[in-house]
Amino acid sequence: MANMIEIKHLNKYFGDLHVLKDVSLEVAAGEKLVIIGPSGSGKSTLIRCINYLERPTSGQVLIDGQEMTEKNHLAMVRTYSSMVFQQFNLYPNMTVLENLTLAPVKLQGKDKDEAAETAMANLKRVGLAHKADEYPQNLSGGQQQRVAIARALCTKQPIILFDEPTSALDPEMVQEVLNVMVELAQENITMLCVTHEMGFAREVADRVIFMDDGQILESGTPEHFFEHPDNERCRQFLSKIL
Amino acid sequence: MDLFDASRWATTLAGMGDLWGGFLFTIEVSLAGLAVALVTGTLLGVMSSTENRALRVISRVYVEFFQNTPLVVQVFLFYSGVPQIFRALGHTGTPVRVAPFVLGVVGVGLYHAAYVSEVIRTGIEAVPKGQMEGAQSQGFSRVQAYRYIILPQTFKIILPPLANQALNLIKNTSVLALVAGGDLMYNADNLVSDSGFLQGYVLCCVMYFVICFPLALLIKWLERRSKQTPKAKPTPAAGVAKEA
Repeated sequence: MANMIEIKHLNKYFGDLHVLKDVSLEVAAGEKLVIIGPSGSGKSTLIRCINYLERPTSGQVLIDGQEMTEKNHLAMVRTYSSMVFQQFNLYPNMTVLENLTLAPVKLQGKDKDEAAETAMANLKRVGLAHKADEYPQNLSGGQQQRVAIARALCTKQPIILFDEPTSALDPEMVQEVLNVMVELAQENITMLCVTHEMGFAREVADRVIFMDDGQILESGTPEHFFEHPDNERCRQFLSKIL
Repeated sequence: MDLFDASRWATTLAGMGDLWGGFLFTIEVSLAGLAVALVTGTLLGVMSSTENRALRVISRVYVEFFQNTPLVVQVFLFYSGVPQIFRALGHTGTPVRVAPFVLGVVGVGLYHAAYVSEVIRTGIEAVPKGQMEGAQSQGFSRVQAYRYIILPQTFKIILPPLANQALNLIKNTSVLALVAGGDLMYNADNLVSDSGFLQGYVLCCVMYFVICFPLALLIKWLERRSKQTPKAKPTPAAGVAKEA
C-alpha cells in the first residue's frame, strides 16, 4: 500500500520546550493508527502537525507524496484531512446542519442542496438526522462529538485525525462515540487516533504506537503491543492503565 | 416653590425653539460621532487582536491615552490645539476655528473609539480558541475564519456593550456646552442664563432622557437575548433532504 502520510525527522519546540524529537512515521493509505502515551508526550502535537495547526520547527510532513509548506497548507488540509477534537469545536452560532454544510459550500464550492443532502446522509449515519435543526448547545456531549464526526465526513477527505475524541465526555457517552468510530473504520479512510481507549485500539487499530517524551518508543500490531511490548516504559504505562 | 411656578414655565417653554435646535444638533453630533467611534474602534480592536506586535502597541497606546485622560480636557485640547496646528502648517491670515459640529464628532468619536476598541477586543477574545482551530482544520484561512465563524459570534457578545457606549456617547456630547456650543445642553444653559429660571435644565434633562431611556431598554433586551440558547431553526434544505 502507498504511504498516505510520511513524517520525516520532525522537531517541534514550544519556546525552549522540545516537544517532538526527530520523529519519523509512515502511515499507509487506509491504515488505522492509534497513538497512545502519557499526557505531555507529544502525541497531540504530532497529529496537529499533519494539518498544520502546529508548524513544525524542522523536518517534513508529506501527504500523498507532497510536502506541506507554509504556502500550501490550507489547500492541503482542504484536500486531505479533517479533524475531530476533544472539545468538539462545533460552531455554536450555527445549527447542526449549518455546521456540516459550511465548509463544503464555502471551501469546496458545493451548492447548498447537494451539501445538505450529504450532511443529512452523514447525520443519519451517526444516528442524529433528527437533530439537524438543533443548535449544538442543545445536544449532549456524545451527540456533539457524533456531529463533529459527521462534519469531518462531509468534507470527504481521505484522512481523519482524532485528537482524544472521548476524553471530554461523560463515561456513559464514550461508547456511542466509539461505536461510530468503529463503524467508520470499515471504510478506506486513513484514521489517526490519539486516545486512551485501549478497547478501541485492540478492536480497530492496524498498528498502535506508544509515545513518551516526544519520541515514538514502541510500534506494532495491537497483539504485539498489548501482549509483549519491547519497551520498558511502554510496559509500565500499560500496567498502570490496563 | 420656583420649580412649580407657572409663569416661569411659560417663559421657558416660549424658548423651546432653541432647545429643539440643540436637540437636533445633539442627535446629529451623536450619530456622526458614533460612526467615527465604531469605525475607529473596530479598527483598533482588530489591530489589538492581530499577531503583529507593532499594531498591538499602537492600539494599546491609543486606548490608554483616551481612557485615562478626561474627555473635557481632550476636547479643550482639540479646541485650542488644532488651530495652532493649522497655523504651524503655514495657514496664515484669519485663525482657523474648529466648527462645533466637527469638534463634537471628533471629540466624542475618538474618545469612545478607545472604549469600542476594548469591547471588540474582549469580544474576539471571548470566542474560544477551539473555534479558530476547528475552522483551520477544515481549511479555512484566518480571514475566512473571522468572517464566517469568529466575528458572527463576537457580534452577539458585543452588541449590548456597544449599545451602552452609544448611550454614554450621546450624554457626553454635552461636553460641547463648555467650548463650542450649539448642542442641547449649551442652548439650555443659554435659556437659563437669559431667564434666570432653572426650568430650562429640567426640560434639557427630559430631552436627553427621551433619547437615552429607549436605548437603555434596548441594551437590557440585547443582554437578555445574548444569554439565551437559540432554539432549533428549521431550514428548508434539511426538510427536503430528510424526505429524500
